[in-house]
Amino acid sequence: MPFVEDQTETTIRELLIDVLGVAPATVAAMTNETPLFGALPELDSMAVAGLLTEMEDRLDIMIDDSDIDGELFETFGSLVAFAKAKVAAKG
Amino acid sequence: MTAPYYPSYAVGGQTEQCLAFGADYQRQILIVPPLFDEMNRVRRMLVEMMRALNQRGVGSLLIDLPGCNESLVPLETQDLNSWRAAVSSCAQQWGATHIASLRGGALIDDGPSLPHWRLAPAKGSTIVKTLIRMRIAGDKEAGRDTSEAALMDTAARGPLDLGGIRLGPSMIAALANAAPFALPELAERKLGEEIIGSPLWLRAEPQDDATMSASIAEDLDRWSASCGG
Repeated sequence: MPFVEDQTETTIRELLIDVLGVAPATVAAMTNETPLFGALPELDSMAVAGLLTEMEDRLDIMIDDSDIDGELFETFGSLVAFAKAKVAAKG
Repeated sequence: MTAPYYPSYAVGGQTEQCLAFGADYQRQILIVPPLFDEMNRVRRMLVEMMRALNQRGVGSLLIDLPGCNESLVPLETQDLNSWRAAVSSCAQQWGATHIASLRGGALIDDGPSLPHWRLAPAKGSTIVKTLIRMRIAGDKEAGRDTSEAALMDTAARGPLDLGGIRLGPSMIAALANAAPFALPELAERKLGEEIIGSPLWLRAEPQDDATMSASIAEDLDRWSASCGG
């Protein structure tokens, strides 16, 4: 079976490259367990603001800021899971 | 001629400055930059792009909007209409032949009846939402709990400080509903398609990208030779 990467996950990888300026090779090597906040120097609380808005634009979702807690950016997997849930919720 | 020069233009009773290259060339492209913090992050890339245009025999001018950079008027007195008037006045007084705007620049570039080029045009609501999120994040780090609703309430009554950017009520109200206007002679460009580069305007720190500067200059040269002027 050919490996098809989920489109939402691909979008999140592109966001990390575009918004944070993380090297593409670093982003390509990320797995669900890769820690983000605190481990990725490019990801500070100011960068999160731009990341959320760009995520809304590219995935056509709305993010209520009350949905956001510290765990969201804990790992690459938690960020992708959040995005997938938002995409699924819009139907 | 490779040295920059600093022309000024008059709008709303004050004088504003610009940065320009290549006064003697026939084509003169007015650059309308992204707005607010996004402008600061791409200024160097844009100026390098203007140097590349100059080498290709194309003149260009980067406008200082009232309330920004060298301007003596407070930013909080400005809104999208005053900036639209500034772009129109500047284009007319300086003799622009083409308009090129990036991101939020596309919200204020529609005055002059000239050929337009846009890169990654942004909606006003996107820009203001990011600024508000940055303010909330900054407040949180300082131990203050701020809500978007409370900030918008403040913004309705007086100037709101969003990470050092003080915006007046009319600016925030206008941004909330602003979208780039449809224009008759419009070339819209996307990153990764016609233009090589990455969205430097989204980065936390200002950065440079020589490849992107060269790519934009090449595209603007080709486009501006094909229309107007």
